[in-house]
Amino acid sequence: MTTAVPDEKGVEALVAQEPVAATAKRALSSPWASLTAIIIAVVWTLPTFGLLVTSFRPEGDIKTSGWWSAFITSTPWKNWTLANYDQVLNGSDTNLSTYFINSIIITVPSVLIPISIAVMAAYAFAWMKFPGRDFLFVAVFALQIVPIQVTMIPLLKLYVNQGFAGSEAPGGGFYTIWLSHSIFALPLAIYLLHNFMSQIPGELIESARVDGAAHVQIFTRIMLPLMAPAIAAFGIFQFLWVWNDLLVALVFGGGSLEVSPLTVRLAELSGTRGNDWFLLSAGAFVSLIVPLIVFLSLQRYFVRGLLAGSVKG
Amino acid sequence: MSTGEKFIQMLIAIAVFFAVVAIILLLTQRLRSRRGELIQSAAFILPAIILIGVGLLYPAVTTIYQSFFDRTGDAAVGFDNYKTIFTDSDQLLVLRNTAAWVLLVPILSTFIGLVYAVLVDRSRFEKVAKALIFLPMAISLVGASIIWKFVYDYRDSSNTQIGIANAILKGLGFDTYKFILNDPWNTVFLIIVMIWVQAGFAMTILSASIKAIPDDIIEAATLDGVGGLKMFRYITVPSIRPSLIVVLTTISITTLKAFDIVRTMTGGNFDTSVLAYQFYREYFNSANQGLATAIASLIFLLVMPIVIYNVRQMRKLEAR
Repeated sequence: MTTAVPDEKGVEALVAQEPVAATAKRALSSPWASLTAIIIAVVWTLPTFGLLVTSFRPEGDIKTSGWWSAFITSTPWKNWTLANYDQVLNGSDTNLSTYFINSIIITVPSVLIPISIAVMAAYAFAWMKFPGRDFLFVAVFALQIVPIQVTMIPLLKLYVNQGFAGSEAPGGGFYTIWLSHSIFALPLAIYLLHNFMSQIPGELIESARVDGAAHVQIFTRIMLPLMAPAIAAFGIFQFLWVWNDLLVALVFGGGSLEVSPLTVRLAELSGTRGNDWFLLSAGAFVSLIVPLIVFLSLQRYFVRGLLAGSVKG
Repeated sequence: MSTGEKFIQMLIAIAVFFAVVAIILLLTQRLRSRRGELIQSAAFILPAIILIGVGLLYPAVTTIYQSFFDRTGDAAVGFDNYKTIFTDSDQLLVLRNTAAWVLLVPILSTFIGLVYAVLVDRSRFEKVAKALIFLPMAISLVGASIIWKFVYDYRDSSNTQIGIANAILKGLGFDTYKFILNDPWNTVFLIIVMIWVQAGFAMTILSASIKAIPDDIIEAATLDGVGGLKMFRYITVPSIRPSLIVVLTTISITTLKAFDIVRTMTGGNFDTSVLAYQFYREYFNSANQGLATAIASLIFLLVMPIVIYNVRQMRKLEAR
């Protein structure tokens, strides 16, 4: 093929046989294109990498030289230490381990409560007949667009009046945060789970009904197992949303450090100890480690949930 | 509260809500008649409807109502709070900054995300290359703010620099620059943080729709001698137009509501406040409920048309 001059038909066949991937690649793989991609990748990675390196350097080194200079010496890791992490987690003035636990305490119910309630509502909206169903569903969907700020002040007053706020309240004041996250998540959760459920073929439900199954049996025996991927997508989205949230925790936690998550504490540290990079760098990574693990291990679900939840809050 | 007590409280909270669901399921499982089904469906949706009604609908309506009252919520003041937002010099600055955020973040992050998606498409390192850009999306805006505050760290030109941005400036022979303090450009440097976060979102969505462009279109264009930038301009961009719109509108909405970066990096000082942060500041620092609720209502008003447009585009996208 390489030496013989192909006839016209042969050329066409050759072009057609060439994989599209290769043509697309050839079209764009000029050195400039590669250079641009590399520059973007470096700019996007370097800030995080710099802070990560800093978190392992001794306090004195951080103050007197840039993190990149650690790589100019022959043994950059010679002085590396976990002391920053030790101090930021257990030091009495920062004590991030407490806040790490608070973050867990806040996040787990804030994911499970909306799922438990939304799964039931979504089933009713998808498979039960009752007057006003379509109107209610559209209303729930539409409330997704309410920005959290719009609900905050009256909701906070409501909590205070009902005795949910403060360290004397039931649950030590965590209920305000749990309830708020659950409420803000419901419209999205119901919408997502409803969409998923209504795609399940109607014959499946009908035949189960004919066989004498009631809605509760259909719900628990057929629906819940089928729902696993949708619940996972929503759960991961909500998990990261709550874990990374600052506004809800700040407002509904009422500034009480007893119930504050990592984000609130870190934001505060960034204000009061803004130049103590040995603390801030390690502190930032204490809060980043969980989202990074979730993201790297469950990337597929994460992207799906992210797209669906993109207008939330 | 000790750690153990916290975990016990957490388990109680979860148990309470799971018990509600279990009781509803148990109580309604025998209902078969037509009326029974009505009761059953009411029981299924009631917990959600109550929570949404009390926690979203009622507060939203109250907020809009209170935006027509003064700072304590006692005397009606008509549209005065809104007038303040659009005439007071401090508030005008907030509007200026918000406009800069909402224009720059969606356009630049979509542009960078698109260019990157095209460049790494079908390359050997595609998966890793995409994960690198997407990673900022997974972390908190507080974390992102701290990462960038370190990049922008300022020291006088005569000292050793520890922030990489000023180290580069110094290396090129310029004076070091107070990225976070100098108005008005500090807003731009805060905006860069948001672009850094959102570009990954744009790239992921756009990359998926680039892959969905039918092969025969690209083939036909190639046979006609189209390539490189022309292919990008005349084939790629028109084919992914609906996704482009969804990405642009989604990022605008997120940006309008973003509050964490301003709070963490400057605390709204040095003329960097935006609407979402100003809401917080007016209520919690200035105790001005009227103005705070008016700002919240304004955010709502600005978000609404974008969301409606966004949802329509998303529907179209799903229908294809």
